[in-house]
Amino acid sequence: MSAVEAVILTIITASTPLLLAAVGELVTERSGVLNLGVEGMMIMGAVCGFVAAHVTGSAAVGILAGLIAGIAMSLIFAFLTQTLMTSQVATGLALTLLGLGLSGLIGESFTGQPGVKLAALTIPVLSGIPFLGPILFGQDILVYLSLALTAAVAYVLFRTRTGLIISAVGGNHHSAHALGYNVIGVRYACIAFGGACSGLAGAYLSLVYTPQWIENMSAGRGWVALALVVFATWIPKRVLIGAYLFGTVWIMGLYVQALGVAIPSQLLSSLPYLVTIAALIIISGNRTITKVNTPACIGQPFAPER
Amino acid sequence: MRNIIGSIVIGLAITIAGTAHAADKLKVGFIYVGPIGDHGWSYQHDQGRLALEKELGDKVETVFVEKVAEGPDAERAITRLARQKAGLIFTTSFGFMNPTLKVAKKFPKVKFEHATGFKRSKNVGTYNARFYEGRYINGKIAAKMSKSGVAGYIASFPIPEVVMGINAFILGAQTVNPDFKLKVVWVNSWFDPGKEADAAKVLIGQGADILTQHTDSTAAMQIADEKGVHAFGQASDMIKFGPKAQLTAIINNWAPYYIERAKAVLNGTWKSVGSWKGLTAGTVKMAAYTNMPAGVSKMAAETEAKISSGELHPFQGPIYKQDGSLAVPAGKTLGDGPLLGMNWYVKGVDGKLPK
Amino acid sequence: MMLVLERRAAQSMAMTFLSPALAIAITVVIGGVIFTSLGLDPLKALYIYFIEPVTSLWSIEEVIVKAAPLVLIGVGLSVCFTANVWNIGAEGQLTIGALFGAVIPIYFTGWQSPLVLLLMLVLGALGGALFAAIPAFLKTRFNANEILTSLMLVYVAQLLLDWLVRGPWRDPQGYNFPQSVPFEGWQLLPVLGEGRVHIGAFLAVIAALVLFFMMDRSLRGFEIRVVGRAPRAGAFAGFAEKRVIWFCFLLSGALAGLAGLCEVAGPSGQLQPNISPGYGFTAIIVAFLGRLNPIGVIFAGILLAISYLGGEAVQVELGISDKTAQVFQGILLFLILACDTLIHYRVRFASAVVKQA
Repeated sequence: MSAVEAVILTIITASTPLLLAAVGELVTERSGVLNLGVEGMMIMGAVCGFVAAHVTGSAAVGILAGLIAGIAMSLIFAFLTQTLMTSQVATGLALTLLGLGLSGLIGESFTGQPGVKLAALTIPVLSGIPFLGPILFGQDILVYLSLALTAAVAYVLFRTRTGLIISAVGGNHHSAHALGYNVIGVRYACIAFGGACSGLAGAYLSLVYTPQWIENMSAGRGWVALALVVFATWIPKRVLIGAYLFGTVWIMGLYVQALGVAIPSQLLSSLPYLVTIAALIIISGNRTITKVNTPACIGQPFAPER
Repeated sequence: MRNIIGSIVIGLAITIAGTAHAADKLKVGFIYVGPIGDHGWSYQHDQGRLALEKELGDKVETVFVEKVAEGPDAERAITRLARQKAGLIFTTSFGFMNPTLKVAKKFPKVKFEHATGFKRSKNVGTYNARFYEGRYINGKIAAKMSKSGVAGYIASFPIPEVVMGINAFILGAQTVNPDFKLKVVWVNSWFDPGKEADAAKVLIGQGADILTQHTDSTAAMQIADEKGVHAFGQASDMIKFGPKAQLTAIINNWAPYYIERAKAVLNGTWKSVGSWKGLTAGTVKMAAYTNMPAGVSKMAAETEAKISSGELHPFQGPIYKQDGSLAVPAGKTLGDGPLLGMNWYVKGVDGKLPK
Repeated sequence: MMLVLERRAAQSMAMTFLSPALAIAITVVIGGVIFTSLGLDPLKALYIYFIEPVTSLWSIEEVIVKAAPLVLIGVGLSVCFTANVWNIGAEGQLTIGALFGAVIPIYFTGWQSPLVLLLMLVLGALGGALFAAIPAFLKTRFNANEILTSLMLVYVAQLLLDWLVRGPWRDPQGYNFPQSVPFEGWQLLPVLGEGRVHIGAFLAVIAALVLFFMMDRSLRGFEIRVVGRAPRAGAFAGFAEKRVIWFCFLLSGALAGLAGLCEVAGPSGQLQPNISPGYGFTAIIVAFLGRLNPIGVIFAGILLAISYLGGEAVQVELGISDKTAQVFQGILLFLILACDTLIHYRVRFASAVVKQA
C-alpha cells in the first residue's frame, strides 16, 4: 500500500461521519429548524451503536441502534421546539449537554472493551484493482451510504414535490401553512431525519473509526458538521466537498508531522478550525449566495394563530 | 473571624483524623487524571489499588476519584479525600504537583505521594517508573521484526519522560540495526483515540511496519491489528485489542509500590522519598512476548534479564545527539538528573523535537 | 388526546417565579429515579448531591470558588443572548484573557506592586474583549454565523495556550514540563483569609449588579432587549444592530477574559495547558438557568456549582459516575426551557381538534 493510497483511505474514514451528520442537519435546516444538538445526537448514536453491537455481536444491529438513538434524541428536541415552542438555540445546546452526559453514563461499563468492527465490503474483482480498487470498491457500507444519501437528498430536495414542500416550510412557514401544509409535521419529520443521520455518524465512529467506546469520542465533530452546512449554503453537493475538504486538512496535519517537518503540531492541529472559519467568511461574505440559499425562517418557531 | 473558624474546623478535623487512625483502617486515597476504563494509565493505577485492597484488606480501605482535571479542580478533589480522613493519598499525574503540595501544607499529618513529579516536601514524596527500560527492549524487538526498517511512534507531548522513551526505543533498535528509522507524530493529548488511530494510519502509510505509542488508548493497536502490522501495548496489556499485532506491552505495575508505601504508613516508618524503580523492582513489567519467532523472544527475555540485574543500562555510552555531539562517552551511563530533564533526540530519529 | 397550547393574554407573573422552581423539582424527582435505578438510596444520594455541599464551611468556600467564574461569564452571556447574539466562544475568550494577563508575571517576573494586580485584571479583560472582537467583526462585516466562528476560535485559543505553555513560556526551572513560572506576591489574587475565595467572587457579584441595572434601567439595556426581540422595530427606533453586536461581544468577552485571568492568578497560580474545566460552556447553561437576568445568573451559578460539587462528592462517597452531574444539568436545562413555555402559554389537553378548512 503506497503512502498516497493510505492517506486517501484515511481521509475517507475521517470525512464520512462529517458528511453523514451534515447531510441530515441540512435537511433539518431546510425545513427551517436549527438543531445545535448534532454533537449530542452523534455521541448517543456512538454509545448505543457500540453497546448494541457489543451485546449482540453484530455490527448491523449496532448501526440500527445508533440510528434509533439519534432519532429518539431528535424527537425530544422536536417536542420542545415545535410543540412547546422553546428557543431552538438553547434547546439544541441542552440536547448536546444531555447527550454527552447520558452517553457517558450508559457507556461507563463498556469503556475499554474491544468493539465489533463493521467489515469493509470486498466487491469481487473490482476491489482487487491496484490503488483504485480499495479506494473505490473496498469501503464499508456506511461510506457508500453517505454518498448515496447525499445524492438522494439532493434529488429529493430539488426534484420532487416533497423537497418543494420542505423548502416552502423553511422559506415561509406562514404561506406554507396557509396553503394547507402541516408545517409542524414536516418539521418533525425533517428533525427526525437529521437525528437519524447524526446517529448513524456516531455509530460509524464507534463501529468503524475506532471500534471502542470512549467518552466524548465525537470530539467536536457535531459542531464541524453544523459549520459544514453553512459552508455548503444548504446545498448537498457542496456538503460533500466541505466534508472531504475538512477531512483532508485534518489528516494532512498529521501527515506533515510524520514527514518530520518542523511546524509546531499545535499549529497543524488548529488548521482545520482556521480553514473552517475562512470558509465561513468566504461563503457568508457573499451576501447574494447567502440570501438566495438560507432558509428564511430558520430558527423561528412556528405559531399558527390559534 | 472566618480565619479563626476555619482553623478551628481544620484543627478539629485533623485531631479527629489523628485519633481515628489508631482505631480504624488506614484510608488510602487515589486521584486519577483519566477514567479507570481507559485501559491505560489510570486503569493500571487502579489495578494497583485493587491489589493493595486484596493484600492488606484487613488494615486498609481505599477510595478514589477519577477524571480529575489538572488545574484548580484538582486541589479540591485532593482536599476532599484528605477531609475524608485519608491517611495516604496517591496523586497520579504530573499536573497534580502544585495542588498536592498546597493541600499537603494544610494537612501535615496526611502522607502524599505524587507520581511523575519532582517537588517533594516533608509529607510529599514522589514516585515514577523506569519505563524507558521497557522501551529499550521494545526497540530491539522492533528492529528484529521490522521488514521496512521503519517504526512509527505516536507521542503525546514533548516532555522529558516521552523524549526519554523515544530515545530508549531507538537506542535499543540501533543495537540490532544501526540504520533503523523512527518517525514521530505528536497528537498533543494523552488520550485521543480518533487522533491516535489517524496517526497510526498515516505512519503505516509512510512505511512504518511497527507501531509504538506514548498515549493511553488502544486505538493504534486496533489499527495495527487491522492493517497487519505489529505494535507494542502501552501501560497495560493490550492483547485483547491486537491479538495478531501485539508483540509485547510495557505494563505499569504499581501494586508492589503501593503495598510497600501503605505498609510504611501503617508501621509509622513512612518518609518522603523520590522513588524511581523499573524492571528490577517489578514496577515495570513486560507482557508475554507473542507473535514473534522463538529467537526474538529469547533475545527479548535475555535483554530484560540483563537490565533487571543491572548489567545493562539502556543509556550507556557512547550516545550521540541528533546534531552529532557526544552526549554520553563510552563506558559511562547517563545519570538520573540529565534523564529527567531530557530534551534532545538521539541520532537516528526523523524530524526535529518540538521546542 | 392532544397537547394544545393557548397563548396567554399576558405573561403569567406566578409562572415567572414558579417555572424555575418547578423545573428544579422535576429534576430532583428524575434524579431520584435515576439513583434508584442504579441501586442506591435515592434520598441519601440526593442529600449528598444537593444539600451536603452547603453544610460545611470548606464546601461553601469551594462552591463560591467554582461559582465565581460561572457567574462572571454568565452575566456577560445573559446580556448577549438577550440580544440574540450567540457568543458560544466564551471558553476561548477566557483562555486569551488569561494569556494576556499572564504576560506580566512571565516577562516582568520580579515586578511587585499593587499596580501589577490592577494591570493584570485590565489585561485579562482586554484580551478577552479583543478575542471576542473577531467573531463580532466576522458577523458584522461578513455575516458569518457567530455561533460557529466563536466556537472554532475556542479550539484555536486552546491550541495557542498549549503551544505557549509547552514552548516559549515554559518555566525554565520546570524540567521541561508544560507550565509557566509560578505567579508570586501581587501577581496572585488576594484571598479571603486562608481559604481559596478570591476577589473574582466579588468581581462577579459587582458585574451582576452593574449589568442588572444596565439592562433594567438604562437606554443601552432597552436597546439590547428590543434588538433581541424585534430587530425590525429596533431598526425603526434607530437602534443599530451592528452596534449592539459589537457591544455584546466586547462586554461578554471582557468578562470571560477577566474570569480566565482570575482562574490562573487565583486557584491555579500559574499557566498550565488546562486552565478551565469548560467554564465558558457551562456559563451558557448558567445564563439560561438564570433566565438571562444578571441577578438570576448569580443564583444559577451557585446552583450549578453545587451540582458540580455534589457530583464529585457522590463519586467519592457512593462510587457513582460524575457523569450524573452533566445529565442533571442537561435535564434541568430542558425542563427550564419547557417550563418557561408555561409563562407564555396555557397547556390544554384537547380531546379532539377541529381541522381548519
